[in-house]
Amino acid sequence: MSGLVVEIAAKALKLNIPLSVQLDLTYRCNERCIHCYLDHDDHGEMTTAEIKNLLDQMAEAGVFYLTISGGEIMMRRDFFEILEHARLRTFCIKLKTNGVLIREKEAQRLRELGVESVQISIYSHRAEVHDEITKMPGSFRQSIDAVRFLRQQGLLVTMANVLMTQNAADYKSVRLLAAELDAKFIIDPTITPMMDGDRSILNLNVDKAALAEVFRNGDLVGNVEEFCAPPTSVDADALDSLPCSAGHTACYVSPYGDVYPCVQFPMPSGNVRTTKFVDIWRDSPQLKEVRGITLRDMPTCSKCTHGATCTRCPGLAYLEGNMRGPSYQDCEKSFARTGIPSENLKARNAAKSSQTLDLVQIKGLQPAGKNFVAHVTEENAVGA
Amino acid sequence: MKSYRYVARSKAIAARVLGDETMVMSATNSTLFTLDEVASLIWEAVDGVTPLDEIIASKICTQYDVDEEVALMDAAALVETLAEHGILLLSDQPIAVPCAPKMEAV
Repeated sequence: MSGLVVEIAAKALKLNIPLSVQLDLTYRCNERCIHCYLDHDDHGEMTTAEIKNLLDQMAEAGVFYLTISGGEIMMRRDFFEILEHARLRTFCIKLKTNGVLIREKEAQRLRELGVESVQISIYSHRAEVHDEITKMPGSFRQSIDAVRFLRQQGLLVTMANVLMTQNAADYKSVRLLAAELDAKFIIDPTITPMMDGDRSILNLNVDKAALAEVFRNGDLVGNVEEFCAPPTSVDADALDSLPCSAGHTACYVSPYGDVYPCVQFPMPSGNVRTTKFVDIWRDSPQLKEVRGITLRDMPTCSKCTHGATCTRCPGLAYLEGNMRGPSYQDCEKSFARTGIPSENLKARNAAKSSQTLDLVQIKGLQPAGKNFVAHVTEENAVGA
Repeated sequence: MKSYRYVARSKAIAARVLGDETMVMSATNSTLFTLDEVASLIWEAVDGVTPLDEIIASKICTQYDVDEEVALMDAAALVETLAEHGILLLSDQPIAVPCAPKMEAV
């Protein structure tokens, strides 16, 4: 982040301003991505009028960065009406979409409305791999066409590459494709649990070797030596540091008006259908609780050598059962990055080793069925 | 000698008041600026129909102990910088295009 952006974020934190909001317009989608954390039914989305009213409230509360996402945002017939209203309220708008419904006309309209950038998910440079992940034949071609149409309009486009077992080998070529299309490229190496807590899709996460390779790619992380350096000791400043912007200067609003600290932190904190957005932001007991948590309050993480540099996501920790506890997915990332296990991983491995004898006995007695494979996969992911 | 008298906010911007400052981003090139208290007053006042020198005389020189000529030079530097990024529009005639709405203070 630039110095000015950091300065603005610090000021927003001091003034208790929700600087950034992600608003999901719908969970409906024309794709059925195998790693998606959402269901795709409409359980009672906010109406056009409700969303416009919410946008007015958010502008008055000080929201500047507005990410409009879904589901697929263009599944809503009123999408452009909502976007137009949001631009009248002078938000800085980033769109997240699969791009399938963006043709020349839509790209031109998006440019006219002055969106800041558009992020499109591209899973592979190979159409068959991308389409197998989205479960929508032809989606690769349509998404890539959308990137072209948007770039022709001069819009900033980011190609987001979510890494999973199906496409683990393709990210370098996707990066080249992005460069060819004059788009930015970002990679996300983490599959997260579904918002209802279902963790079955975590099996799609790449193994520790693939993760380590990503973290040692200088094209992606910059200075590899610095990025993968062993952690330094945790000082008082680190102990008092905040985990991330969730609930502090940012929050998430679902298509049903539910407010959460972050899209990846599904702790219900209020609903804009019954309470004003700004009142939820200022007074929600849940958001206040999130704001009160520092590294010092985390029993194991505060004693972990990774404490100051870990990318621990409090939302993933919440989904793992305790927002003051570990996010093992992030422990594993710290291990893949540095080769040094976290305190949480050491504790978990110690607990597992006491169970291993039983599992070895089972292994000897029955063929390598589904349960055995699952056990091996989890061990691989532990990373230590 | 300036070639313009009138200044208006472009529609191709994102903006929000943050305390005593105003964040402004160009929608055309994503350049971000923060305007201090005085610059924010000018930002709020430019409406495309009130000449810049009148804005400086009525909104700035009445509130701050500053020479009008100096204030106008500083204001000109500000609006020209923002105009280079498409954030403000400058003209020697009143500007009819609707301005981006003013932002309420938080």
